[in-house]
Amino acid sequence: MNGGFDFEKPIVELEGEIGRLRALAGEGTVDVAAEIESLQKKLDAARRDIYGNLTPWQRVQIARHPQRPYTLDYVRLMTEGFIELAGDRFFANDQAIVGGVARLEGRTVVVVGQQKGRDTKENLLRNFGSAHPEGYRKAYRLMRLAEKFRLPVVSFIDTPGAYPGIGAEERGQAEAIACNLRAMAALETPIVAVIIGEGGSGGALGIGVGDEVLMLENAYYSVISPEGCAAILWKDQSKAAEAASTLRISPRELLELDVIDLIVPEPLGGAHRNYELAAREVKAALLGALDRLGRVPPGDLVRRRYEKYRRIGSFTEE
Amino acid sequence: MRFFARRIKVKKRDIPAGVWTKCRRCKEMVTSQEVEENLMTCPKCGYLSPLPAPARIRSLFADGEFHEIDARMRPADPLKFVDSLPYPKRQQSAEKRSGLPEAVVTGIGSLGGFAVACAVMDFEYMGGSMGSVVGEKITRLIEAAIEKRIPLLIISSSGGARMQEGALSLLQLAKTSAALARLDAEGILFVSVMTNPTTGGTTASFASLGDVIVAEPGALIGFAGPRVIKQTIQQDLPDGFQTAEFLLAHGMVDMIVPRRELGGRLAAILSLFGAPRFRSAAHAPRQRRPRREGAEA
Ligand SMILES: [Zn+2]
Repeated sequence: MNGGFDFEKPIVELEGEIGRLRALAGEGTVDVAAEIESLQKKLDAARRDIYGNLTPWQRVQIARHPQRPYTLDYVRLMTEGFIELAGDRFFANDQAIVGGVARLEGRTVVVVGQQKGRDTKENLLRNFGSAHPEGYRKAYRLMRLAEKFRLPVVSFIDTPGAYPGIGAEERGQAEAIACNLRAMAALETPIVAVIIGEGGSGGALGIGVGDEVLMLENAYYSVISPEGCAAILWKDQSKAAEAASTLRISPRELLELDVIDLIVPEPLGGAHRNYELAAREVKAALLGALDRLGRVPPGDLVRRRYEKYRRIGSFTEE
Repeated sequence: MRFFARRIKVKKRDIPAGVWTKCRRCKEMVTSQEVEENLMTCPKCGYLSPLPAPARIRSLFADGEFHEIDARMRPADPLKFVDSLPYPKRQQSAEKRSGLPEAVVTGIGSLGGFAVACAVMDFEYMGGSMGSVVGEKITRLIEAAIEKRIPLLIISSSGGARMQEGALSLLQLAKTSAALARLDAEGILFVSVMTNPTTGGTTASFASLGDVIVAEPGALIGFAGPRVIKQTIQQDLPDGFQTAEFLLAHGMVDMIVPRRELGGRLAAILSLFGAPRFRSAAHAPRQRRPRREGAEA
């Protein structure tokens, strides 16, 4: 779908109208320059108004936009010479998580990331970005590889959650995620995680422990999906918008809670409106993080990462 | 501070003696007293109801040496979370229901004569959910195990992360797992016991990271809840799916041990791994002045 969301309707209508006038202008029969200019002003104002005041639920919808750039889009736009590495060496090659090595501005990095499909066929292959244990174990293997060669890990997070299914349980979904959490905490090489779309709970965290955690402006990161939370606490799935606000899942709120470290701006209206610009912003933020981490003495890295997570939480003691 | 003398009395939680209840599994009528005396085990079919943390501690630390730590830690309300009830109200009713200030009790004690750092979760406090307090208490306990070089024992009973603390509760998975990475590097034993039920974020973090993992018979153990799985795959789940026995068959736990035998089995494991004998002077926690660290949010 390219049509946009309900809340974008005024924008889509204005864009349509301008398009029609441009077509007329192209025929050279009428002069519509003045009219286009006035509509363009209205369009700019509508964009600023709507995109500048997105509700948490609207951001969730943008984060799930089927045309949103995915992990492999960023890899393609930001890196050179990407070589994909496959499989967990135990059971399968889970294509809901991709990984490999690539060159990012001259340095080799190990990439892991959840990958959604662009169409039905690819979504079946990618399981809508919901990984099985094999996906987490593939990521584990690649992170160990990164450690061996002291290559930084760049992790792209974009999943509705780890897959809840029979095979996933049989093969230890929980164990696979838990092992990654423990391994990432102690990995002797820099890790930068970027939440590019959906940060769905343990499935996101399973590749999301990092020295720095970056988050795109219209991504979300939550302990439970807004729908799931609404179903459990409100007993009403249609209260998802309310749950999205209550759960504090937007980047600004998560920055205040120390859950993330940096917000990466998106093109106006969302990353799906301009892949190149989105990738440029992500790349700049990543390089900044890698530079900062490059200045940390290697012996301090794991201790600093421990302290970063050690601080997180809110409680009282009297 | 001695645990039993001072801090926790095992409450007869709204089940007065002589009252009949229906077993959730076999549907037989049994007296509540019988069930309680049997560590919440149904005398007819062996079904295990969640065991309150104080009763669990009494059953495992039979010689009475259990020194609670961080007993004063309480939850905050960092998100100002309100659904049908504000979170602080839920905390209050959970406290009333469980008789505990949070969903985990941590301490250092003598199990069969061996020193252990032990956490026991309590399902009656908001479904044993893991928020900041559970994450912090377990992390401090792991750090205490490292400092004192004694084995770690965590008895889980939990539905997962606590929604009311949002992403902060999610990150407790990372925090506790990071502490376990240190424990690992220090070469200290961790025994994880999964009881009915242990699901969600708890299994996706510390509960699955034991060097030895023990499960209780029939316990529901899994990552996703059965209802969510059923809804996702639109199929009925196989018989016995996500039970302790299922996990044993799939290589996810080491053994299944009945509730009554747990203490003996744990002591045997501690002994084989060379756990130190409990000595009050070396292992009992020092009294700490209350700290405010971590309460900044
Ligand atoms: Zn029964």
